[in-house]
Amino acid sequence: MALEGMEIIAIAVVIGLFVVILKQFGIWEPLSLEDSCDNDLVLSMVRHQPEGLEKLQAQTQFTRKELQSLYRGFKNECPSGLVDEKTFKTIYSQFFPQGDATTYAHFLFNAFDLDRNGSINFEDFVLGLSVLLRGSVAGKLRWAFSLYDINKDGYITKEEMLAIMTSVYDMMGRYTSPSVQDDAPLEHVDKFFQKMDRDGDGVVTVDEFIETCLKDENIMASMQLFDNVI
Amino acid sequence: MAAGVAAWLPFARAAAIGWMPIANCPMPIAPRDHSKRQDELIILNVSGRRFQTWRTTLDRYPDTLLGSSEKEFFYDEETKEYFFDRDPDAFRSVLNFYRTGKLHYPRYECISAYDEELAFFGIIPEIIGDCCYEEYKDRKRENAERLQDDQEENKDLKMPNMNFRETMWRAFENPHTSTMALVFYYVTGFFIAISVITNVVETVPCGATANQKDMPCGERYTVAFFCMDTACVMIFTVEYLMRLFAAPSRYRFMRSVMSIIDVVAILPYYIGLVMTNNEDVSGAFVTLRVFRVFRIFKFSRHSQGLRILGYTLKSCASELGFLLFSLTMAIIIFATVMFYAEKGSSSSKFTSIPASFWYTIVTMTTLGYGDMVPKTIAGKIFGSICSLSGVLVIALPVPVIVSNFSRIYHQNQRADKRRAQKKARLARIRITKTGSSNAFLQSKRNGLLNDLLELTGTEEDGQKLSKSTSLLESQHHHLLHCLEKTTAHEFVDEQMFEQNCLEMALQSYPSCSPSASSRDGSVGTCCSRRGKRSTHLPNASIPPAHQGPLHELSAIRIQCGEPPSCVVSRSSLNLKTDDSSRVNCKGGQITTAIISLPTPPALTPDGDGLHRPPQRRPPIHPPAPSIQTTSSSSCANIVKVSAL
Repeated sequence: MALEGMEIIAIAVVIGLFVVILKQFGIWEPLSLEDSCDNDLVLSMVRHQPEGLEKLQAQTQFTRKELQSLYRGFKNECPSGLVDEKTFKTIYSQFFPQGDATTYAHFLFNAFDLDRNGSINFEDFVLGLSVLLRGSVAGKLRWAFSLYDINKDGYITKEEMLAIMTSVYDMMGRYTSPSVQDDAPLEHVDKFFQKMDRDGDGVVTVDEFIETCLKDENIMASMQLFDNVI
Repeated sequence: MAAGVAAWLPFARAAAIGWMPIANCPMPIAPRDHSKRQDELIILNVSGRRFQTWRTTLDRYPDTLLGSSEKEFFYDEETKEYFFDRDPDAFRSVLNFYRTGKLHYPRYECISAYDEELAFFGIIPEIIGDCCYEEYKDRKRENAERLQDDQEENKDLKMPNMNFRETMWRAFENPHTSTMALVFYYVTGFFIAISVITNVVETVPCGATANQKDMPCGERYTVAFFCMDTACVMIFTVEYLMRLFAAPSRYRFMRSVMSIIDVVAILPYYIGLVMTNNEDVSGAFVTLRVFRVFRIFKFSRHSQGLRILGYTLKSCASELGFLLFSLTMAIIIFATVMFYAEKGSSSSKFTSIPASFWYTIVTMTTLGYGDMVPKTIAGKIFGSICSLSGVLVIALPVPVIVSNFSRIYHQNQRADKRRAQKKARLARIRITKTGSSNAFLQSKRNGLLNDLLELTGTEEDGQKLSKSTSLLESQHHHLLHCLEKTTAHEFVDEQMFEQNCLEMALQSYPSCSPSASSRDGSVGTCCSRRGKRSTHLPNASIPPAHQGPLHELSAIRIQCGEPPSCVVSRSSLNLKTDDSSRVNCKGGQITTAIISLPTPPALTPDGDGLHRPPQRRPPIHPPAPSIQTTSSSSCANIVKVSAL
């Protein structure tokens, strides 16, 4: 019996080897799942061409030269014309070497990716920048609101705010002075909500947000801070 | 922060607006960008090839040449571009660095040229991107090795005063340095060979004697073999002790591989002497004899190839380890399988798994002795799979080892080639050096001849002699001339110098009376030189020469002295003796010198020649002392010329 057992095993092994060899030659293609490599191949060949200069000029507050300069820098970094989230996170993390900027970068990515297709193209980029750098204060505040409102439902809940706050504190890293306590984000969120949530319903709406910020001097002053970045 | 993301900085700053509503404290003031230049195109002209880029591209790296204000030094106002007189091909990589933030090393580029370009543009090579870093480091290492080799050989060539011990060590390490060393080298090699052959022949059956059966030669001619062995071991011991004595660091020498081999080679003999011949230790004694075979490794001192092989095996230790490990795994697996497959068959040789090891090893290495073969079908199937996999497992690490060996071997070949070419290289360097110094001397002579001839009025001959020298050359020569004037010495060419030394060595004893003052002594030698020239007689000719025309001697004196400093200085050009007479012998050589140059009429090939320059001296004296010096030095130079 043991003899036959070994024989069976031997024959099975031989058959297995044959199968492997045949598969190599592509003669016999068993029902294997499709390779996912093909999908990747397809995606990487996608290229995005931005809209014409005139259209962008009309949509944003940038001059022609500024748009040209912006596009050149953008295209230099992303030759395909699209920034996916991973690249975005890598780039943004380089500015904050001490902490972990990936979470905040994720939120930022969503704030810029207006059409939610998983990649930022030049239009998204430049429209966002236009609001931030050349827009009105109300526009900037609205942009900030959209950043905090993770699920884009028009309300900032405490959980959303906590997530944002934690990600901002994460960017600081461990080596801070005074060192960041574990409940610091929560405290900060509570303070924020105290300030912003007028009607005390536990959520902050756009109007509450804008109204409160317009009244705050510090916030108003800091909004103008980056006006001459480009 | 890489420059690549510098382009995103404005974006990151703009996005910071998202923090503003959360912040509780006021924000710091933003830095103002005072240089609010519109981005403009810059033209970089590198040896005629024009590169254009944006100014902001270059500004990304402010601590390099192109990114800082240093490039303003290269700005050409008329053409409104920056001109660099550098290699445009290498500049491509430099500019790409600014554009992409990654520095690449092109393969076709010479490593030192590339390093120079990087140094010029202020870019540190350490930021070469990962894609090219390996290549760069490899090339750099090779270059460093080459330079190191050259230096080491220079070290070998220079011969300071080494004591006996150092000489001996050098003789041991480089047998080519002296004949003794070479002889020793060959003798030891011969004895190693003798010893090994002896060991081998010892065991050969020598033919039956009358009463006994075939026995090995070792037992038949015990005494002869013993004597041979003793002789070899004596030689090896002496060699080892001498090496130990000569080694600069005895401890390090004792730890080196070669010395351990030496010790292991000679130790069995001594242990054999010490041990008695009783049976219980004779077994161990026999084992010790095996170690005698290690003498063959002593050949590695004599053979480069053996050393390379050893070095290769050492450097491939990981590959060998991998090979061994994978083989072991496969052996165990297949041995187990074969054992169980053959278990059922009767009279099977596969009695246990360890017993199957032998079959597996023999099969995997494709030896196939055939002393153990599977009989069942399953056994045969697994046996064939075993042999196929054996081929694969062994074939995989072997190319790695081979390529390692080949790399090291080629490196050695390169080193040997370099050594062989070294002579030619040094000769080339020497020729260029002497060429330039000869050019200087030649130009001096020509210039001074010209002066001489102007004075005598034969202009056309002077012009014939003067070659046209470029501005660069003339400036260089002027510089050398200034140096001469500063130190009040003169440049001489090598042969002249050596000739002086030789003649000094010959002349110094009979010629100068030590009691004489420097002047007189010098005169004496000059006279003796003259005497030598005419008759090659040593002392006899001196006295008459001594009484020779005083004005000649005085002339010589005047000639050879510019002030005593000159005299002294000339002697310092020679060897260290304080024989200032040496100097004036140069003056004495005027006689011989004069023959070769045709034109200057004063230069006649006999002692009278000395008259002429002195005779000419009176007219020359009054005008200006400078001419005097020129004439004297011209005479002196003429001296040197002829001796060439």
